[in-house]
Amino acid sequence: MAAGDANRSMEPMPILLKVLSGFSVALFSVALYMVWFYAPREVVMGEVQRVFYFHVAAGWVGALAFLVTAIAGAIYLLREESRWDLLALSSVEIGVVFILINIVSGSIWAKPIWGTWWTWDPRLITATIMELIYIAYLMLRQGIDDPRRRARFGAVYGIAGFISVPITFLSIRLLRTIHPLVFGGEGGSLAGSFNMEPPMFLTFMISLLAFTFVFVTLLWHRYRLQLRAEQLEQTKMKLLLE
Amino acid sequence: MAEDRSPTVLRIDGGREAGIRRYFRAISAIVWKDLAAELRSRELMSAMLVFALLVILIFNFALELSVRSVETVTSGVLWVTFVFAGTLGLGRSMAIEKDRGCLDGLLLVPVDRSALYFGKLLGNLIFMLVVEAIVLPLYSLLFSVNLFDPRLLLVILLGSVGYSAVGTLLASMAVQTRTRDMLLPILLFPIVLPVVVAAVKASNAIQQSLEMATIWPWLNLLIAFDVIFVAAAFMLFDFVVEE
Repeated sequence: MAAGDANRSMEPMPILLKVLSGFSVALFSVALYMVWFYAPREVVMGEVQRVFYFHVAAGWVGALAFLVTAIAGAIYLLREESRWDLLALSSVEIGVVFILINIVSGSIWAKPIWGTWWTWDPRLITATIMELIYIAYLMLRQGIDDPRRRARFGAVYGIAGFISVPITFLSIRLLRTIHPLVFGGEGGSLAGSFNMEPPMFLTFMISLLAFTFVFVTLLWHRYRLQLRAEQLEQTKMKLLLE
Repeated sequence: MAEDRSPTVLRIDGGREAGIRRYFRAISAIVWKDLAAELRSRELMSAMLVFALLVILIFNFALELSVRSVETVTSGVLWVTFVFAGTLGLGRSMAIEKDRGCLDGLLLVPVDRSALYFGKLLGNLIFMLVVEAIVLPLYSLLFSVNLFDPRLLLVILLGSVGYSAVGTLLASMAVQTRTRDMLLPILLFPIVLPVVVAAVKASNAIQQSLEMATIWPWLNLLIAFDVIFVAAAFMLFDFVVEE
């Protein structure tokens, strides 16, 4: 049994993961190149508008990550297999980082356009609350020793906390806000809005795709690391019992 | 879930109707237990009340509340007070169950677990409403504002329902962790914020006697969140108390 475990932990990285990692790096480089050199300079805002491509993409990855957490949590509650819990945890960790990138890059964009680093606008508030919920998720897990209870509570909180994601998404569509609505709205009068030209749209789509691939790659790596950590923990327990 | 868990119990009692009656009897028994324990010890309620008054006192100094300036901040001050006092009550009410092994006993009762949830929810809600019923007249006395608007009372009721619904679920989680008292507000506040924001906005609109057209959206939002949170907590509670 111990030998089997040892073999499993020596398991090499799957080919697909290697390919995916390489592809993500390449796609990200393309996105970076497009953002800097291909996308035209926005007339009114100038260079700072280039923040937009990664700002929105990071927000998208955050929302996607929290969706993965909620779904993985629900599957965990139904099946009680710890791998789903590890997936949910990995996804939260990545989501928290990307929402932080989203908030910080938004702040960098806001300074020259709105004239302030931060303003108490519904979109900014809801995004921050979302971030706080998932930081609370990580703190909740730290406070529980029993792995099964930790997984169960994590799943419950991940599902309950997910309500913040649609609220954040809808906040600029339902509430009065100064945050620009680039897609599907006539927020043209807001400071920071702009009309997207085809090259901009293409750059945006590539950024979105690149960030999504980066997310999947990171998630897979993180998940593998969590699995290893769990195996290590079990091996330790076994050795302690012997 | 109720069907596959206690089919035999239902049959012994002679059918479905008895099962439903039994379910409500379990809920009322839990509520009654909480109320009776509170009537004897009075520790939870008195702590919540004193705490609520202290919060108002601190606000009085921090915001330099005067009879003239109080109009604009009343709903904010009131809701912060309710939320803080509510957290205190929620944490305590679940800690009592956990520490004295009462929760294990309750889990052995052959009724659906959701009866336990609704029982605790109603108990927590009643404690919160009683505190609010004492704080409100006191506040209007201290700052000479009239708070007796039935619409305002409705908003406070709806807000408290949403708050207790999420609070009961998360408090039962928090008491089972190492960092329980520290953790509850951190878990609860960001999730329950939509309810509190809607409640503050609606209360404020009522306070400033704006027309119903501006109040309705917030009221609808409040009702929607109440429904969502009660339903979600009802479905998730099973997993929180399971051992």
